[in-house]
Amino acid sequence: MSSETIALTTIGEAERPIGERLHDWVVTVDHKKLGILYIVYALVFLVVGGIEATILRIQLIVPHNHFVSPEVFNRMMTMHGTTMIFFVAMPILFGFGTYLIPLMIGARDMAFPRLNAFSFWMTAFGGLLLYFSFVGGNGLYGAGNAPDVGWWAYAPLTSRAFSVGHSTDFWTLALLVSGVGSIGTAVNFIATILCMRCPGMTLGKMPLLAWLNFVMGGMVILAVSPLTAAQIMLCIDRYLGGHFFDTQAGGSAVLWMHFFWIFGHPEVYVLIIPAFAFLSEIVPVFSRKPIFGYPVMVAATVCIGFVSLSVWAHHMFTVGMNSYANSFFTITTMAVGVPTGIKIFNWLGTMWGGKIQFRTPMLFCVGFLFQFLIAGLTGIMLGASPFNWQLSGSYFVVAHFHYVIVGGILFALFGAFYYWFPKMSGRMYNEVLGKWHFWLFLIGFHMTFDFMHIPGILGMPRRIYTYEPGRGWEIWNLIVTIGVVFQAAGVIVFVFNLLWSLFKGEPAGNDPWDAWTLEWSTTSPPPEYDFATLPVVKSRRPLWDLKHPEDPDWKYE
Amino acid sequence: MSKVAGIAVLLAGGLLAATLCFGAPASPSQIPSIFKPESTPADSIFRLSLLVLSITGLIFAVVFSLLVYSVVKYRRRGADDGREPPQVYGSNQVELAWTVIPVLIVLVLFLATARVIHSIQDARKPSGAIEVIAIGHQFWWEFRYPALGVVTANELHVPVSDPADSSPTFITLLSADTDHSFWVPRLAGKTDLIANRVNHTWIDPHETGLYLGQCAQYCGIQHAKMLLRVYVDSREQFDQWVEAERKPAVAGGTAEEGRRIFETTACVNCHAVSGTVANGRFGPDLTHLMSRDTIASGAAPNTPDNLRTWIQDPDSIKPGSLMPAMQLSEKDLDALTAYLETLR
Amino acid sequence: MSSAAFIRNAAETEWILPSRGRVGMFSLIAAESAIFTIFVVAYIFYIGKSMSGPMPKDVLETPIFNTICLLSSSLTIHLAGRALHNARVNAFGLWWFITMVLGSIFLVGTGREWQRMIFEKGLTISTNLFGTTYYSLVGLHAFHVTVGLIGIVLAMIFTLLGKVEPAHSERVDVFSMYWHFVDAVWVVVFTVVYVIGR
Repeated sequence: MSSETIALTTIGEAERPIGERLHDWVVTVDHKKLGILYIVYALVFLVVGGIEATILRIQLIVPHNHFVSPEVFNRMMTMHGTTMIFFVAMPILFGFGTYLIPLMIGARDMAFPRLNAFSFWMTAFGGLLLYFSFVGGNGLYGAGNAPDVGWWAYAPLTSRAFSVGHSTDFWTLALLVSGVGSIGTAVNFIATILCMRCPGMTLGKMPLLAWLNFVMGGMVILAVSPLTAAQIMLCIDRYLGGHFFDTQAGGSAVLWMHFFWIFGHPEVYVLIIPAFAFLSEIVPVFSRKPIFGYPVMVAATVCIGFVSLSVWAHHMFTVGMNSYANSFFTITTMAVGVPTGIKIFNWLGTMWGGKIQFRTPMLFCVGFLFQFLIAGLTGIMLGASPFNWQLSGSYFVVAHFHYVIVGGILFALFGAFYYWFPKMSGRMYNEVLGKWHFWLFLIGFHMTFDFMHIPGILGMPRRIYTYEPGRGWEIWNLIVTIGVVFQAAGVIVFVFNLLWSLFKGEPAGNDPWDAWTLEWSTTSPPPEYDFATLPVVKSRRPLWDLKHPEDPDWKYE
Repeated sequence: MSKVAGIAVLLAGGLLAATLCFGAPASPSQIPSIFKPESTPADSIFRLSLLVLSITGLIFAVVFSLLVYSVVKYRRRGADDGREPPQVYGSNQVELAWTVIPVLIVLVLFLATARVIHSIQDARKPSGAIEVIAIGHQFWWEFRYPALGVVTANELHVPVSDPADSSPTFITLLSADTDHSFWVPRLAGKTDLIANRVNHTWIDPHETGLYLGQCAQYCGIQHAKMLLRVYVDSREQFDQWVEAERKPAVAGGTAEEGRRIFETTACVNCHAVSGTVANGRFGPDLTHLMSRDTIASGAAPNTPDNLRTWIQDPDSIKPGSLMPAMQLSEKDLDALTAYLETLR
Repeated sequence: MSSAAFIRNAAETEWILPSRGRVGMFSLIAAESAIFTIFVVAYIFYIGKSMSGPMPKDVLETPIFNTICLLSSSLTIHLAGRALHNARVNAFGLWWFITMVLGSIFLVGTGREWQRMIFEKGLTISTNLFGTTYYSLVGLHAFHVTVGLIGIVLAMIFTLLGKVEPAHSERVDVFSMYWHFVDAVWVVVFTVVYVIGR
């Protein structure tokens, strides 16, 4: 197949001037370039968000510390959360999806290439708008800086009375803008996956990455829109004198919470489902077996998509809802753990009986499996409403969701980086550095986030810029902060590896992993048009069929 | 092999952490651990948590072992022949098993949880209950005992509740501004104080002593220093405290000058001292300020020096709090502090 | 290269996938529906909760004529689409023009109603909860009508310039989906505001 892909060679061509090449990147509608733009953008903000987290942790290393003022701490706390969710996690996952989906379904680009570009630039602008708040938050009142209302921006703290200047407005508008970008990308994913598959690739034959991004796209459409609506309402309150969340005029603070969490809970599934997709592509290849239970994996994901729309008020168990509401959200929250657990079992089933190769991508996936198991179980604990009355708003919750996002999503992302870096760049990364990255980051992650559960159990609330000595929290905060050093070291090794390998890595070839999905049939990197002739497929693993003509998949599926 | 060693180290670390967490060092009452309940709601939650932790612990042990096993047993050996292993696509029986069992686990957990939700939230208030109204402010707590005629701030006194002759305290939760949350881990789970909404919680502490907590919902710049102190007194001590709190402020005496300053400057806009003209509601009631161990909602111990500093430069104790720096001369400051010291 | 998995010629059966335009527009409509749902929920939640000021029954006049115009425009846009599909470009232009007029009447009518409510009855977005939720919901809908009308006007200009052909029928259908959605939202808004919430 690859010989039919007429490789675009640049041998003999004069190197184009740098201005022209940069201009290419700015005006591109090519899904591969846009995917890389998303990913690089997110990596930059990952470092920024990491610095914000480091500032938080240094301030909390000892009680009554004076590293930063409470104003600065509260801004860092807000910006860290907002940045990581909206300008790291979402863009990077959109980026991988944008890059990979057309290649994996045998298409030449997304359904709407210009919408693709528009969505990226909207998201990018949103991030810049948010960070402009550091200088522009002052506004006409001479007060305000970066937003400091927490990333959930609860009412009435966000009203003009309690949130002076423009800091909250930068939060609102940045998210409104990037939300438009997110919805655009989701529309593109759905249209691409439904309308652009190559001949023979029925919905039951497309890679799980395509399926999972399809579900994710649907969830973005249903979940980000409520946030957009709530942001518009907040703007109306702050600038047109509206009373949506104005408790002095009979408005309801709890209404904001409902609207926000109707977005906020599905949002975290929007983030984890693409991470599941990475696992579902990487684990089979390094176990040398097909994914165990493909139809069940699809069904479980769709199930998660639907059930996750019904659990949102488990973020509001302490708000004073009646016992029936609390019971309802308890059962839905626990129920969503069932399809999620099924997926863990299926990955286990994939590894079972295989021949596992522990290259760097697989190391990160194995880390994910252990850590996501723990994260899911602390989630079940938090889903038990009375237990939640103790644990919510404490460092236990902070530990739980960082376990999911860092221990789960970020580990899966690192795995995805190492797995697809050869395809995207044409070069292999350095395996030794990759392993150093893994172990440093693993140690740092566990030092920080394992022990972070304990202060929560001992009564330490979250979002506090300092804490009292003598409550038994000091030693744990110290250990948690020290873990940051190892994580930072791991990330530095990672960035170095990426950059060094980009220039000095061994040529990767089309298919360095001996994998089975269509992206490995093109050159590395793929030509601008992806495929010279569109492939026609008969099974879920077209390259397996090619490599094993005596025993193709389509005989068994 | 190093992977297994690494995992073992982590397990050991986890066990160590758990032991440290459960094993209490000196002065245990100062550690607001949710696993050291001293009141029925906290206790019900604790017992539910034991069930939840056992079940999730069991799930963890099983799945963790399977993961470790598969990672060790099915790794590619050095002497591998390069052939692909058997390509297994799935198994309906296995999928059924690992769907049905989790569903059953969820059902059991839910039923146990629903009982506790109901027993805590729908508990009926007995006739001997103490009623308190708690109003959350940025960044302090107002406590009113309407039936007893007491108004105080930041330090809540309640009687100990003997299981035989229960005298729980039922707290109505309101907010004067943003959202707050009342959390004293050893006594109950947290419940939020939300503007324009009435919430309820209750405690029935079984042991006398001091229980620590703090606001658990981000409410603004000084959320971190909106601390809570709950004094569980014996019945006699509580009645004595109520008696003292109901009395208006002691007549001036040596501190007349300070009292004059208090009543003629901006202090009276925010603060109340019963029995005087001071009737402000924006800040804490100061009638019995000296009966409290701390000032600024726990941000500093209640000493003359701290009191003086608080009036002169509140930002040095609690930057961003709504107490303004009063800009008094040294002489006036001394007199005012002396007056406040008489408010027992 | 073995061709066991790759058939160079066309597959045995025809490979037909849904049209990108329709799927894309459907997804957009789903997102917009979610946004409107939140505004409708807020409206319903706050019924009867205003602490002061004019109440719905004091100010609302059921916009029957406007509604008839808007809903009829769904019919006319459908007829326009049919005409273009059957290569009757002039008929298309005529129905399209009527659609434009009906949509404009709706917008003008809404504007006049708001003028009456603001200046005669004293209800603004900041007056009370009813004012806030009413103007936001109806305003959001009117905004969507405006966007649709801009599209209709553009297409009208293209038609008058003779640029519209039967080959564009699919695009007209996709746009019509949006217009039908706007009308469907009005049915919901009308029911919630003028029937239930009165």
